[in-house]
Amino acid sequence: MAAALRQLNGGGAAPAGRRPLLQPLRLVPGVTLFLFLAPIAAGLIGTLLPAFGWLPDLGGERFGLHPWRALFAAPGLAGAVRLTLVSGLLATVLSLLLVLGFCAACHDTRLFARLRRLLAPLLAMPHAATAIGLAFLIAPSGWILRLLSPWATGWDTPPDIATVQDAYGLALVGGLMLKETPYLLLMTLGALDQVQAKRTLAVARALGYAPAAAWLKTVLPRVYPQIRLPVYAVLAFSLSVVDMALILGPGTPPPLAPMVLRWFYDPDLAMRFQAAAGAVLQLGLAAAAILLWHGLERLVARLARPWLAGGGRGAGGRLGRAVAGTAMATVFATAGLGLLSLAVWSVARRWQYPDALPAAWTLDNWARHLGALAWPTWTTLTVGLAAAGAALVLALGCLENEQRHGVRPSSRGLWLLYAPLLVPQVSFLFGAQALTAGLGIGGTWPALVWSHLLFVLPYLFLSLADPYRALDDRYARAALCLGASPARVFWRVKLPMLLRPALFALAIGFAVSVAQYLPTLFAGGGRYVTLTTEAVTLAAGADRRVIAVYALLQALLPLLAFAGALAVPGWLYRRRYALAGMR
Amino acid sequence: MSADRATSRLELREIWLALPERGGGRRLLVPPLSLSVAPGEVVTLMGPSGCGKSSLLAYLCGTLDPAIRAGGRVLLDGVDLTDLPPERRRLGILFQDDLLFPHLSVGENLAFGLRPGDLDRAARRARVEAALAGAGLGGFADRDPATLSGGQRARVALLRTLLSEPRALLLDEPFSKLDATLRATFRRAVFDHARARALPTLLVTHDPADAAAAGGTVIALETTESGDAAPDAAGTRPPRRGVTRA
Repeated sequence: MAAALRQLNGGGAAPAGRRPLLQPLRLVPGVTLFLFLAPIAAGLIGTLLPAFGWLPDLGGERFGLHPWRALFAAPGLAGAVRLTLVSGLLATVLSLLLVLGFCAACHDTRLFARLRRLLAPLLAMPHAATAIGLAFLIAPSGWILRLLSPWATGWDTPPDIATVQDAYGLALVGGLMLKETPYLLLMTLGALDQVQAKRTLAVARALGYAPAAAWLKTVLPRVYPQIRLPVYAVLAFSLSVVDMALILGPGTPPPLAPMVLRWFYDPDLAMRFQAAAGAVLQLGLAAAAILLWHGLERLVARLARPWLAGGGRGAGGRLGRAVAGTAMATVFATAGLGLLSLAVWSVARRWQYPDALPAAWTLDNWARHLGALAWPTWTTLTVGLAAAGAALVLALGCLENEQRHGVRPSSRGLWLLYAPLLVPQVSFLFGAQALTAGLGIGGTWPALVWSHLLFVLPYLFLSLADPYRALDDRYARAALCLGASPARVFWRVKLPMLLRPALFALAIGFAVSVAQYLPTLFAGGGRYVTLTTEAVTLAAGADRRVIAVYALLQALLPLLAFAGALAVPGWLYRRRYALAGMR
Repeated sequence: MSADRATSRLELREIWLALPERGGGRRLLVPPLSLSVAPGEVVTLMGPSGCGKSSLLAYLCGTLDPAIRAGGRVLLDGVDLTDLPPERRRLGILFQDDLLFPHLSVGENLAFGLRPGDLDRAARRARVEAALAGAGLGGFADRDPATLSGGQRARVALLRTLLSEPRALLLDEPFSKLDATLRATFRRAVFDHARARALPTLLVTHDPADAAAAGGTVIALETTESGDAAPDAAGTRPPRRGVTRA
């Protein structure tokens, strides 16, 4: 995929002695690009036109600025924009600082290695379940206050303070950090391997630099360019998140994205014009924030030059290590406790404030909702497996095409890959409905899978590309020279050797699909509900025990997928020593 | 092992390799090289690391990285292989590492090399067992390659290549990672097999001891200076140099 453009442009000459030109494999990058870019392009057009008054289905047959006038007259818009910018920027800045600070201060500690191993389950947690878990912890009647009351706080009833859905969006910032910190940490860890940080650090340490100073001065300048796109993706996501904002963010006014969503679903269809203008405004906010961030990057890089070459060796950094380590451990612990609180609530019969644990336990919550759970669980499973499976096939096809035809991955391809993660969902998903409707699949299961594929493919591809490209190509060459066809080499040599990363990528893809809220809402056309849409809907006010059942199941599915991705190769290769311990 | 013992001659005609450089120029890796290897003969190409020896063998196999420009013809028994895909050239190659497939057992690795032909499953299994027994590795078929010693793995790699019934043998420094005693034994085993099957054999190495043991013609490949004029794809004749016959 990353190399798809070059391939389309005819780049990469076919080496001598290769197969004839007409091969299905050669079509894969093009098909992938179409599946990928068509909905975004169509979606942006389908949002832009109504934003300027054009939507013939609803009688909008003249271009004009009335959607914008309606948008700017909407009550609470200024507050929504302010809230969006503050919470989105704050969540991104804090997550990035936390990750960089932790890597700088703690890269050589045991905590670093330990948290690294816990990363996968944390990444697997869907946003909605994470947000609900956090709410269950920090709400005035949440677990933390229950554990502290009444002996420490003296409260016998929940205090009247808004710790969730607070007007400043701080709970939302916290929830975003629980998801973005592990993601940025994962991306940074991958970049560290790429730039061979260990060797650089050894040189800097030998020159007398303290660990943190050595990391910040020699590793960060090379790691940051590698994580720039992920940071932009985090920024765009934080500014436009819907499901977490519905659960943790304030309601009056909400951040811009949930506000726009509310307008799209307003019974008064004329509101669609205003909603489209709001979606374009959302796009503008994300673009402006990324540009601003890019400017700040350059400013920081310039200001840091004298410091980089200034020769300061830095101090021991005990305090920094303690602070950064504690902060990162807190993120991991909070996410873990949130998951645990979901589990406890899902089997609670009676749990009065301020008891630390339920007074009575029961499986009734599960038994009673088994019937209602079946259909959303089935949809979640089938859509997730289909989207992840399709993405795996496309990613493998692109990567195999790249290797067989000697196409080099390009940075332009990487930007294309990130496109669905950089454009706010609310800005194009509504418009993309026009495309699926035009193809006659609006609101159907294939449209739902397709909409998930947009977000599954980038993550899956990025996870698979490095191990795929890193496989020693002499294995394939040896197999070819033994008389095996390229197809046989792929199926019998490469794929089995890459089974572990391939299944891991599949699990990532599945987890991404399970987490999707807005695509399910729009592409499902209301006909398809998943555990995610149900959990978000229920979070607005249902019984905590019911919310917990849905949210826990939503979190368990990806966790099971990851467990399977580890267990299957482990079992298959239990007698293959060289493959058993990999990863 | 039965094999088609048809004697064949491996010929390289005007084969050159070049690396494209920034600014459109090229750096010649291997200057036009022509040579002929008779059945059962071992020709050694000597050169320091990075001089393009491995790339030359990759070109012969048809598995050269497309980033490297190359030209010239490869002939086996007078038949031009240059435009055939790698899997139809029937050139056996051994690398520095054994490259046994880690997900397959020793026996499955050998069966992977065995041509499909008209053998049934039991006959294929028997061929594999016989090959193993002949190499002093009887009973190893179900073993995990990772549990074998370096010398055993090297022998399995050789067997795998021979079972694919190659018509010529290319050796990409396959002895360099073995320790001294193993190296001599394995080297002898490889050359003996090659002679017994009358395979023309091309060895690339930087170790003079390998060349001495091969006992055939030795050709020195030198690294050429950067900025040398190289032939373009149109096939203008490059200057002849950098190759000396020892």
